Amino acid sequence: MVAGVKYRKAIAQALRDEMERQPESFIVGIDIEPGGTFMTNEGLLERLGPERVRDAPISETALVGLAVGAAAVGMRPVVEIQLIDFATVAMDQIVNQMAKMKYMFGGKAKLPIVLLTHQGGGRSMGAQHSQTLEAWFCHIPGLKVVTPSTPYDAKGLMVAALRDDNPVVYITNKLGIGMRGEVPEELYEVPIGQADVKRAGEDVTVVALSSMVQDALAAAAELAERGISVEVVDPRTLSPLDSATILESVRKTSRVVIAHEAVTFCGFGAEIAAQIAEEAFDYLDAPVKRVGAPFSPVPFNPTLEKAWLPGKAEILSAVESLIPTAPSA
Amino acid sequence: MDLSNDKLIEMFTRMTRIREFDERAGHLTEEAKVVGSVHLYVGEEASGVGVCATLNDDDYITSTHRGHGHLLAKGGDMRKMFAELYAKSTGYCHGKGGSMHMSDLDLGILGANGILGAGAPIAAGAGFACKHRARGQVTVCFFGDGAASEGAVHEAMNLAATWKLPVIFVCENNLYGEFMAYSSQHAIDDVSDIAQGYGMPGVAVDGQDVLAVYEAAFEAVGRARRGDGPSFIETKTYRYYDHVGRDYGVVPRPEEEVNYWKSRDPIDIFRATLIERDVLSDASADAITQSVRDEVEAAIKFAEESPEPEVSALLEDVYTEVTA
Repeated sequence: MVAGVKYRKAIAQALRDEMERQPESFIVGIDIEPGGTFMTNEGLLERLGPERVRDAPISETALVGLAVGAAAVGMRPVVEIQLIDFATVAMDQIVNQMAKMKYMFGGKAKLPIVLLTHQGGGRSMGAQHSQTLEAWFCHIPGLKVVTPSTPYDAKGLMVAALRDDNPVVYITNKLGIGMRGEVPEELYEVPIGQADVKRAGEDVTVVALSSMVQDALAAAAELAERGISVEVVDPRTLSPLDSATILESVRKTSRVVIAHEAVTFCGFGAEIAAQIAEEAFDYLDAPVKRVGAPFSPVPFNPTLEKAWLPGKAEILSAVESLIPTAPSA
Repeated sequence: MDLSNDKLIEMFTRMTRIREFDERAGHLTEEAKVVGSVHLYVGEEASGVGVCATLNDDDYITSTHRGHGHLLAKGGDMRKMFAELYAKSTGYCHGKGGSMHMSDLDLGILGANGILGAGAPIAAGAGFACKHRARGQVTVCFFGDGAASEGAVHEAMNLAATWKLPVIFVCENNLYGEFMAYSSQHAIDDVSDIAQGYGMPGVAVDGQDVLAVYEAAFEAVGRARRGDGPSFIETKTYRYYDHVGRDYGVVPRPEEEVNYWKSRDPIDIFRATLIERDVLSDASADAITQSVRDEVEAAIKFAEESPEPEVSALLEDVYTEVTA
């Protein structure tokens, strides 16, 4: 175990070492060769060579299609879309081709593709470079969707994604890309479809996605000082979702907050809330609360963007609202 | 082109198989014996067969919504095709794909595709794999004049040209995109003119003459196999029937136009050539047509007698279970 490894380095390690084991793998994208927009591909070119680490024309549709075609004939592509906002340009290839080819063609196609992309606000990058769109992909049968929140999970989920024979949409949060944590040197898998209880607690469950996991942990630490015990559940994989771990936690605590950076309306939290209502309604002592962004594009102005972004403060007040006797902050 | 008699007869047979398959498919739809809609390739047989006759079994193609002809041109099994039209479990897609997704990966066919132009980036991907493996394989991307307006085709052409991928872009210009005439959708007379802008050779050929198509494809495929990159071929052809199905007469086409193209029927032209060259006689050509018709009827019988998929098949093949 190595301490202080950056999230982006953890991804680079996984790509470098696991792709080296898979001679049919390659990575394409924009500015891949120097290491990628967020340096998640650092050192790949040196290790794997220019045939397998490819800068490409800025053509998201062509790049995702390239991955689909190459995978359909036996290769194992990784395609990086710099920002998830740009994936919208390639949605036909992602939704109609990549996700459906196996089902449509009588089960013969195998599409081991990793679509690596980055999302989230907080950098004053404006409405088209800051969105959080994970729910778009979760709605499509045939895709798997992972949103690792720590360097450890980032490496383990990337290794699992590379070994999976299905298309995996691998989504990072831009602000979390420099976060440090403990990461084993060797290759290991964090299984796709397995949630993680990031902090155990008794009074309230916070199901937090991606960057909101750290906010939830910070909120839980503060609340602990005031005698409120919070359990933080990180689904890690959104599709397929480990509903059992979430429901188990909710049945224990009877109170739940669901937190993500995406716009609350029709966000992934709605799915989790619905499953809790269907499967654990009788265990609830309070309404399910959601924390997410308001229903507007992401604003450019830093003050406005700060107001737009959900975070620790919103989680704190959501938890407090579920415990009427709790002292206010 | 110096083609063996066996090869010429095989090409004639494949064109006939396409014609007879799609004529029957059209009728079966009208009779409501099969569900959904079919996009018929009748009139365009020389294009698919002329191109695919230059390919090896391990070469790849991407096809379109009008894809029955490409599948048969590459050697598709009529029984599995009719079974798919009948939505039966014995179909190419176990009844879960239908006319627009009928495809055989084992024959190197990466779709039929319900999305216009979507096959082009996929063809670039297969082409990338061909180049990476360096075994001389190539990929053909079939698309129509309608799809020539789609961004995906242009992105794929630029990528293929920039990376010198062994991809042959074959635009089958049948003069109509859905019910809209070619001239209302393009400012240039020859779609193949766009090739130059991407740095690849482009030619327009008589798409009713299977030997002319073969010749153009042979050159482009050879170029791709040698590592000299992609090419563009426009086959000038004609869709005898409407966009969907046979004649619904949604937008009538000029009678003289229809008559002109039907006077240049690709199967009639090729049959006359083969008889003139003593490759076939009237009798032997008729015998081929008859044997194809028998094959069609037997395939339909197979489809009709095949079982429906189990309802449990609904959730099968969404994901691959085994991982590397």
